[in-house]
Amino acid sequence: MLNIDDTVNPVEPFLRSDRMPHIWCPGCGIGTTVNSFARALIDSKIDLESLALVSGIGCTGRVAGYVKLDSFHTTHGRAIPFATGLKLANPKLNVVVYSGDGDLSAIGGNHLIHAARRNIDLKVICVNNLIYAMTGGQTAPTTPGHATTSTNPYGTFEPAFNLPHLVEAAGAVYVARWTTFHVRQLARSISEAFQKKGFSFIEVISPCPTLYQRRNKMGDGLDTMKYYKEKSKVKHGTPTSEVGLTLNGEIAVGKFVDRDRPDYQSMMRAQYVESLGERYIEEPEVECVCG
Amino acid sequence: MKADPHGVLTGTHFIDGDHACCEGALAAGARFAAGYPITPSTEVVERFAARVPTVGGTFIQMEDELAASITLQGAVWGGAKAFTVTSGPGFSLMMEHIGYAAMTETPCVFVDVQRGGPSTGLPTLPAQADMMQARWGSHGDYEIIALCPNSPQECFDLTIKAFNLAEEFRVPVMFMMDEVVGHMTEKVVIPPADQIEVVPRKHTRKSVEDYLPYGSNGDMVPEMAHAGEGYKFHVTGLTHDERGYPNMTPQTQDKLVRRLQNKIRAAVDRICLFEEDGIDSADVVVVSYGITSRVAQRAVQMARERGLKVGKLRLITAWPFPDQKIAEIASKVKALVVPELNLGQMVREVERAAQGKAKTIALPHAGGGVHNPDQILNAIVEAIRC
Repeated sequence: MLNIDDTVNPVEPFLRSDRMPHIWCPGCGIGTTVNSFARALIDSKIDLESLALVSGIGCTGRVAGYVKLDSFHTTHGRAIPFATGLKLANPKLNVVVYSGDGDLSAIGGNHLIHAARRNIDLKVICVNNLIYAMTGGQTAPTTPGHATTSTNPYGTFEPAFNLPHLVEAAGAVYVARWTTFHVRQLARSISEAFQKKGFSFIEVISPCPTLYQRRNKMGDGLDTMKYYKEKSKVKHGTPTSEVGLTLNGEIAVGKFVDRDRPDYQSMMRAQYVESLGERYIEEPEVECVCG
Repeated sequence: MKADPHGVLTGTHFIDGDHACCEGALAAGARFAAGYPITPSTEVVERFAARVPTVGGTFIQMEDELAASITLQGAVWGGAKAFTVTSGPGFSLMMEHIGYAAMTETPCVFVDVQRGGPSTGLPTLPAQADMMQARWGSHGDYEIIALCPNSPQECFDLTIKAFNLAEEFRVPVMFMMDEVVGHMTEKVVIPPADQIEVVPRKHTRKSVEDYLPYGSNGDMVPEMAHAGEGYKFHVTGLTHDERGYPNMTPQTQDKLVRRLQNKIRAAVDRICLFEEDGIDSADVVVVSYGITSRVAQRAVQMARERGLKVGKLRLITAWPFPDQKIAEIASKVKALVVPELNLGQMVREVERAAQGKAKTIALPHAGGGVHNPDQILNAIVEAIRC
């Protein structure tokens, strides 16, 4: 394990310090989530060498570039299928998908539901800033009704996805939501997800002061923290059908789903053993890619 | 190194090109495939799905081709040799990830069993109309390698070659079959594993401290590490420096993109495979590839029976294009006849490489069938008469 020296920031060993400063705006919540993630890694004493992190494209997609892990910055929407291949090829890896709401639920929405259905053993951290931030504040499938965006300058009118409800329905074994105000609870949830086998999904509501809060006259990063503090209500175990977000309303947070069902690789193994018996060979017997 | 005997179905078989391709992949050491069903290619992964649990490996049927084409790349970085199989419409969906594989230098194989297009086109009938897409389909500047088998035996042999080239150059290799080659059943001889040469991954032996994920090592092909080995490397589709870190400068872009191109171009002589016959004494040479080369073979035979001096050049490697070979031939003959199952794709390359030294005659076919040998014969006769 890492020897934590109290003269340095405890999360520093988890970061690529040579890539700082990062690109995120003042008041952005993504860095806060990375802090909670790093603390979860410390708390859960997870082996960092067997941990891989996969991101898609967007502001949150840049997380992969800042963590000192085997890290993959993939294509837009495809972090989950990339992570699926990584996990299946090397089941010993702990694979984290760290991406944004647009990446995971719009362009990558199909992969999100299918990975949850298959119960692939992935830990998905979805930073939800309710908008496409990297490209300048366009409407996302998560943007609450009536919010102003650059592509809905007169207010959005499409219904938004309730992501916890979506992934629960698709089969996720662990579903939680926090905001960037809830740094300790978020770290605890991430640690818990590492203990689960199967598709875990943690949504983090996070400010985009530059494009979402400013355009909707919601103040700056600090005002958003106050808003999160005021409007969040811890509702562990509440039905996910009731946790949809509105523009100014309550934010239900907590652990909504924690259940067990066999993950993809266990099911695959069981099926092959049943059908093939001793003919089933789980791992390649000869290392075919050694250099 | 030699092939892993577990994957090699040594013996004489009577199988179609799709199945032979699967056996080639297994012999080459592929232990991971991600696919999505599409005619006329599905038999490749159907066989893989049946075979791989008895060999040690994984097949996953993904939700679409976008997923399949990136899932396989995750598997490569997890340590597997991996591939996907598709046809035109699916190939179109995979283009972004061909670019990702080129940019991140992920060794992998994309099999495209070509059918008539555009769009849904002719799902069950042949074409060779994805040849330019294979080369240029993803955005930006990059190089790939493309091979064109013309028989089930070659579907086996050249699939191994495709994996070997992918590993040697860390590049996505396009395996350009067509519906006829995929569905034609012929004798396929699979040799013993110890007679099959397999190129292992270019895995780094450097320490964590010394490892530079995108260092060019003199031969322009960086050494690779896998996730979980302690290297803590970063991979991105963004323009990146030798550390793999994003770097948005024209200098880094120039250095990276030129290396991606040059690592293939510098090795063209080694990568370009072709079959030639009777070129030295020929007045006209038929240039063909894939299933069309089988028809061209018949036409060349018929022409020779009439006493005509006809040579044959079969492109086994379509990309990179063998410019020099074509230029050499063009300087010796009157004309090059290029039959293909599209309305003019590789013929443009032939014409460009011939540099006007010989006349280039296109023999297009819109797909859905193959040429009649008489059509090619007539073109030969005409070319000689001119």
